[in-house]
Amino acid sequence: MSAFAGEAVIEVTEERDARTAAPPPVPRRRSRAARRRYALTVLAFLLPSAVPIVAFVLGPMVAAAWISLTRWNLLAPAKWVGLDNYATLLTDPETAQIFLHTVYYIVGYLPLVYVGGLAIALALNTALRGRTLLRGIYFLPVITSWIVVALVWRWLLNPSNGVVNTVLGFFGIDGPGWWSDPAWAMPSIILASAWKDIGFVMVILLAGLQAIDPELVDAARVDGAGWWRRLFSITLPLLSPATFFVVVISLINGFQVFDQVYAMTGGGPGGATQVVVQQIYDLTFRYGKAGEASALSWLLFLVILAVTVVQIRGQRRWVNYG
Amino acid sequence: MRTTALATVGIAAVAALALSGCAADSGGQDSGKVTITYTNFISNDGNEENLQTIVDAFEEENPDITVDVTTLPYADYGTALQTDLAAGTVSDVFDIEYANYAQYQANGVLAELPVEDPGAYRQSVLEAYQTDGVQYALPSSFSTVVLFYNRDLFDAAGLEYPTTDWTWAEEQAAAEQLTDAAAGVWGDHQPVSFYEFYKVLAQNGGDFLDESGTKTAFNSPEGIEAAEWLVGKSGTVMPTIEEGQGTPDFDTTLFTDGKLGMLHTGIWMFGAFADLPFGWDIAVEPGNAQQASALFSNAVGVSAGSEHVEAAAKFAEFLTSSDVMVETRLDAGWELPAVSDEDALASYLELGDPENRQAVFDSLENVALPPVVAEGQQEMQDIMTEELVEAQSGRKTVADALASAEERINAAIAG
Repeated sequence: MSAFAGEAVIEVTEERDARTAAPPPVPRRRSRAARRRYALTVLAFLLPSAVPIVAFVLGPMVAAAWISLTRWNLLAPAKWVGLDNYATLLTDPETAQIFLHTVYYIVGYLPLVYVGGLAIALALNTALRGRTLLRGIYFLPVITSWIVVALVWRWLLNPSNGVVNTVLGFFGIDGPGWWSDPAWAMPSIILASAWKDIGFVMVILLAGLQAIDPELVDAARVDGAGWWRRLFSITLPLLSPATFFVVVISLINGFQVFDQVYAMTGGGPGGATQVVVQQIYDLTFRYGKAGEASALSWLLFLVILAVTVVQIRGQRRWVNYG
Repeated sequence: MRTTALATVGIAAVAALALSGCAADSGGQDSGKVTITYTNFISNDGNEENLQTIVDAFEEENPDITVDVTTLPYADYGTALQTDLAAGTVSDVFDIEYANYAQYQANGVLAELPVEDPGAYRQSVLEAYQTDGVQYALPSSFSTVVLFYNRDLFDAAGLEYPTTDWTWAEEQAAAEQLTDAAAGVWGDHQPVSFYEFYKVLAQNGGDFLDESGTKTAFNSPEGIEAAEWLVGKSGTVMPTIEEGQGTPDFDTTLFTDGKLGMLHTGIWMFGAFADLPFGWDIAVEPGNAQQASALFSNAVGVSAGSEHVEAAAKFAEFLTSSDVMVETRLDAGWELPAVSDEDALASYLELGDPENRQAVFDSLENVALPPVVAEGQQEMQDIMTEELVEAQSGRKTVADALASAEERINAAIAG
């Protein structure tokens, strides 16, 4: 199911092997030619993914590292400035602001999308009529273009004549200014993002739920455990590998939130939703500061790397691979 | 062996991918015959064939030169141009806007353009693209911003139509009388943005930049009054941001729906307003201390790195001053060519709605060009708009917004 869970499974089997199985047979010495042939074959199999990764991921990363040490407006030749761009970013209070906005987004988005995705996955894991169709419906927003989704949400959340505020009006509630109000702009983006991604989380969690042995749940039921007790003591612990995957992926994606911000608010109003990647985009393509933008890209990469490493280290404490 | 076969397929696929990426861009050059490339946004959205007419006429006159035209939407044009310049793949001839001219010139992107017949151009517009007396781009068109008004709404309110003598006070009085919140009718619409602010500042006798051109001068009593005039319309005679003001096409839709008395926008809207079911006309924008109309101008430049500078320059001049171009633009109601020949432009006055087309030429008598800086142009514009919107939505006072804009813009354009 997931790369991370897969690795862990291998670890576990290896441990078992060490305890139970006989020592592995010593591999037969192969001829030099055969080894070379083997290496070339492996390389050839790797090529289709290695070439694009080198060309479109590693290459640009190295280039960005170099550009981050220069001052370059995309027009005149780049000028070497050493670590100036990093110094500018680290002393500029705006950098803290945009990282705070990004964290605000993640803190709002992650619980919402996880709890929502879990609720739908639990509902659709029962013998519900038409559940296949419902699964498809919930997954539809995931494969829809962000630009389309963002425009639709802008209409829905239109402060004066949007559907949401009109419906709230029926109940005598004076709806907020949504994306036009600095206090509500980020919640608007979080809401739209959770709506769009909930289907993805649902699919991952559903796969995790289906891997849980129903006998365990039945046994707990026979022992008199209620629905909540079964959820917290059986389902959630056994679902933890899927949860782990969802959290890791969502955090990585969350730090890189851009499309919905670009299309819904453009970072406004008054900079209230200016997130890191929006800033990278603005610096490069609006303000001609490719050096500073590249430095910011590397800072973001280091932050994401650190957060992900901490999570993978921490998974032993709560992720249960059964 | 199966694995070897699979691996071979993999290598072949990658090789094909790589080769297909390199296959393009290998056109050779015959001796004597040259092909130049031209990337534009000016013909996008309706004038592609009109541009082709001009290009065809040029190729007929210059059988040795072929022009390869690429047309991009305006919204993507700036990013595409910047990327092409960075990658060294820019066309021989490309469109620029006046606001970005200084930045491109200062970065050495534009080739010098000797003009064979400077007299053919409208002097003031031609000079806008000179630096230290050297021509670096040629103006292809210009347009101004004027005051559009709905005659039927003025008649219903028993008001006199706007005239060239109007000042802010008359506009304000009419706007208040035209506004009828219950009927959803608003008196006036003027965007709250950098482009409106530098203009109303000029109308109020203020300057955006000081004489050095590297520091702001707008945080002055004139500047505060101008900003108050601009943001004060919101919520009184103009819808607020919450009501949709500031979203694309909001103002023009309100006008075409017959729910807006006056609208500040460019003469490029004539075509879109041609078939409105109510009477409408235009007037020169009212000033305060003086009149000042925003002048927008597009131009073409030749890439400093072009291998065919001479042919490219020849095309640039043809594209911006030939009779074929003037005729084509006027026939199509495309933006006005920046030529000096008043006789050729006379037919423009006879084209019908709006009746008072003379106002377009009158507005040219006192124009305000946007302030330009060699570094941080876009940042300056964005900061100004952002701070004005802060004041418009009441989160800052006008004085605070201008003080903040002054500080931020000075930091951005210092270089």
